[in-house]
Amino acid sequence: MGPLFPQELISEEINILIGFFIGIGFGFFLEAAGFTNTRKLAGVFYGYDFVVLKVFFSAAITAAIIMFFLNHYGIMDINLTFYPQTYWIPTLIGGFIMAFGFIIGGFCPGTSICAAVTGKIDAMIFVLGAIIGIFGYAFSFDLLWKDLRNSGAMGRVNIAEWMGISDGLFILLLTIIAAVAFFAVSIIQKKVVASTNYKL
Amino acid sequence: MEDKSKKFMNPYLAGIFIGIFMVLAYYFSGEGLGASGALKSVVVATVDAVNHDYASNASFFKARVGGEHSPAKTWLVFEVLGVIVGAIISAAFAGRLKMEIGKAPKITNNKRLIYALIGGALFGIGSQLGRGCTSGMVMSGMGVLSLSGFIGLIAIFGGGYIIAYFFRKLWI
Repeated sequence: MGPLFPQELISEEINILIGFFIGIGFGFFLEAAGFTNTRKLAGVFYGYDFVVLKVFFSAAITAAIIMFFLNHYGIMDINLTFYPQTYWIPTLIGGFIMAFGFIIGGFCPGTSICAAVTGKIDAMIFVLGAIIGIFGYAFSFDLLWKDLRNSGAMGRVNIAEWMGISDGLFILLLTIIAAVAFFAVSIIQKKVVASTNYKL
Repeated sequence: MEDKSKKFMNPYLAGIFIGIFMVLAYYFSGEGLGASGALKSVVVATVDAVNHDYASNASFFKARVGGEHSPAKTWLVFEVLGVIVGAIISAAFAGRLKMEIGKAPKITNNKRLIYALIGGALFGIGSQLGRGCTSGMVMSGMGVLSLSGFIGLIAIFGGGYIIAYFFRKLWI
């Protein structure tokens, strides 16, 4: 029963090797969807290209549905994964800083890595910037960030439980919201593209 | 004839495949699909190599060095090495492996690169403070219904929509 590595059912070496192959799949489909193109990414904020929203929600919902069933039928215990803990204050503030990073820089870390290695010079500079940012953060950690990063600790929080509904109902609602959003953005995109003559 | 380098995979299909790889990551390794964590490992390993004494004492670094392996030998670093290989394979098949600067037609190359540097730095800081980036924290967090992933989603994308108007000249 999964997850395998956290229960020591596979060795560390095998685990890292599997990580490498999973990464290949992730990188392949990010590139294939057009995520190395900074204009396609920024389009989600300006209405001319919603590929980010479509890929992002399809991926999260696909994973949520499959893992819901794996958990339900005892094939994988989600509680044994390295489940992201919730620290709402730093995540909200850090997320807002990332919003600026996304709009100003035109990438996020994963997409910038894909774009940098396939020849996009702007992405190479973005990766350099991200590394500089992490250096800056690391060296000013005690002074600026330490207390903030540990504030708002809530532990492991499942959003459905937090809202007082079942996981299945939450996933169903999320899927409906995504389907409506997919339909709405396809209409918005057509209108915006027609009015701005957007061409890649 | 249509330029095949501008033809992309159906976004929903690509998303479904990425979702399946996320499930595999959780099933085998208990991890989500990340990116910024690997960049952090590169920074930690570099500082550790340059000045091990400092890294063993400074609070940001000390929890991450001194294990039995190099701080660069983590699951996420190997996952991101895979991401690099995967992206190159896909770009090679699609005829998209070429050196260029991606930008909107109206801004200059220099301006684009300066903004890319600033944006990267902000994303670097934000991802450390927020405990992960768009893939590792938000997308992978959403996959396991972690509240944290949804807070990140609202902050990054909601925040983006709030400020997009002020940066529109960069993109349209």
